[in-house]
Amino acid sequence: MNPGVAAHLPLAQGDDFFQERSDTGCVQENGFFCAQWAFENFDRYMSPLLEHIVLVSVSVFAGFAIAIGLAVLSHGRRWLVPPLLGLTGVLYTIPSLAFFILLLPITGFGRTTAIVALTAYTLQIIYRNVVAGLANVPAASKDAGRGMGMTDQQLLWRVELPLAVPELVAGLRIATVSTVAIATLAVFAGAGGLGDPLLKDITFRTNVIVAGGLAILLAIAFDALLVLAGRVASPWRKVRPV
Amino acid sequence: MKLAFLDAFTGALDFIFNQREAQTGGVEVGGLGQVADLTLDHVEVSAIALTGSLAIAMPIGVWLGHRGRGELLAVAIGNAGRAVPELALIAFMVAFVGVGLVNVSIALLVLGIPPILTNSFVAIRQVDRDAVEAARGMGMSEPEIVGKVELPLAVPTLMSGVRTAAIAIVATATIAPLAGVVTLGDLILSRNVYGDDGVLAGAILVAVLALVVELALAGVQRLLTPRGVLLQRAPAAV
Repeated sequence: MNPGVAAHLPLAQGDDFFQERSDTGCVQENGFFCAQWAFENFDRYMSPLLEHIVLVSVSVFAGFAIAIGLAVLSHGRRWLVPPLLGLTGVLYTIPSLAFFILLLPITGFGRTTAIVALTAYTLQIIYRNVVAGLANVPAASKDAGRGMGMTDQQLLWRVELPLAVPELVAGLRIATVSTVAIATLAVFAGAGGLGDPLLKDITFRTNVIVAGGLAILLAIAFDALLVLAGRVASPWRKVRPV
Repeated sequence: MKLAFLDAFTGALDFIFNQREAQTGGVEVGGLGQVADLTLDHVEVSAIALTGSLAIAMPIGVWLGHRGRGELLAVAIGNAGRAVPELALIAFMVAFVGVGLVNVSIALLVLGIPPILTNSFVAIRQVDRDAVEAARGMGMSEPEIVGKVELPLAVPTLMSGVRTAAIAIVATATIAPLAGVVTLGDLILSRNVYGDDGVLAGAILVAVLALVVELALAGVQRLLTPRGVLLQRAPAAV
């Protein structure tokens, strides 16, 4: 009817992904967790997992770049902060599934739609935290930078933004962990991810545990990675003030 | 060509305002009557869940905050809650617990607990200790301190947790039809019945509903916030 809208949702797929569910005892009885099935079929979750990782990495990176851009833009133009917070807040409020579907007619069925929506979600959290981080930079540090003869631009990039790294990393962590969770719905935008196996057999317990568990483990792994990156990016925090 | 997506949205609006025959034939779908019914179903399950989350999480958060205990617990629950994928949560209920209104309400309720618990804790903790000491010096009992000093001063942060929870619940109620509870999400998930126009109409309605809920709760927050607190500049949330 409308060629712009996807012709098929994943629910309609008659995939043979789990056809041999009638094989063995545990699987047939839909036991709590069929370790053997999970072990033998684990490779089937690899490509959804990789898709998930790509979706989250690209979206968070894009959101990070845009949010920093907005923060630099609104730095020194304080009147821009409330409207930008409001705008990103509206994007953040729209439920993810609805967001994906609303974008389908414009960006089409596939990864682009998912990435645009996921990126939009990260903006609010990252932008808010960068703004808070910039606002918390000690006046003494800025004075010291000025005293060294820095221009406004130098001050922003060499003093203020580096000192805002802890808040920035806090925002990135929240944004990344939420994005891992929301990206399970990207399957409705045709972008795959761990939501794909999850939806293919939502009643099969082992499947739900493996797919859902992988999503949660992925969130934890991303979080740990960001904590590490934050430490590397703010070496001065190791120095105890005297 | 470039207007193709406008056609899609026109079709979706037509679905919202006018009845039509279902893709599967036989029954009439769409139109304001069905939209109103589905919206009410969506609001109903969301309201049940939010009430449950509030009843469980707020007293615990406020109590922990008042006592100044369990900070690690409150923060850890808040962080863990964000990592739970909504789709996995619904799938978990379907695979392990069961389908239907009660089970879905419980799943959504669980989803609402972390933001409310964490924010109530933080909201009470960040109340100026001098204000609490002043209240104690005036001879207020502990329940009075909580009710008359801490809670009113905590409204903005506390309500931001409630808003986060409400939005998460309304959003996740969209996939409730997967667990046998019909909501506005049914329009999105049952393409074979409602067609492409129905799917897009569902997305528009869910988005509008979420924005209305957010605005309504922002209004509630304004009503609950004491005037003296409104006059201060709100601190930046982290």
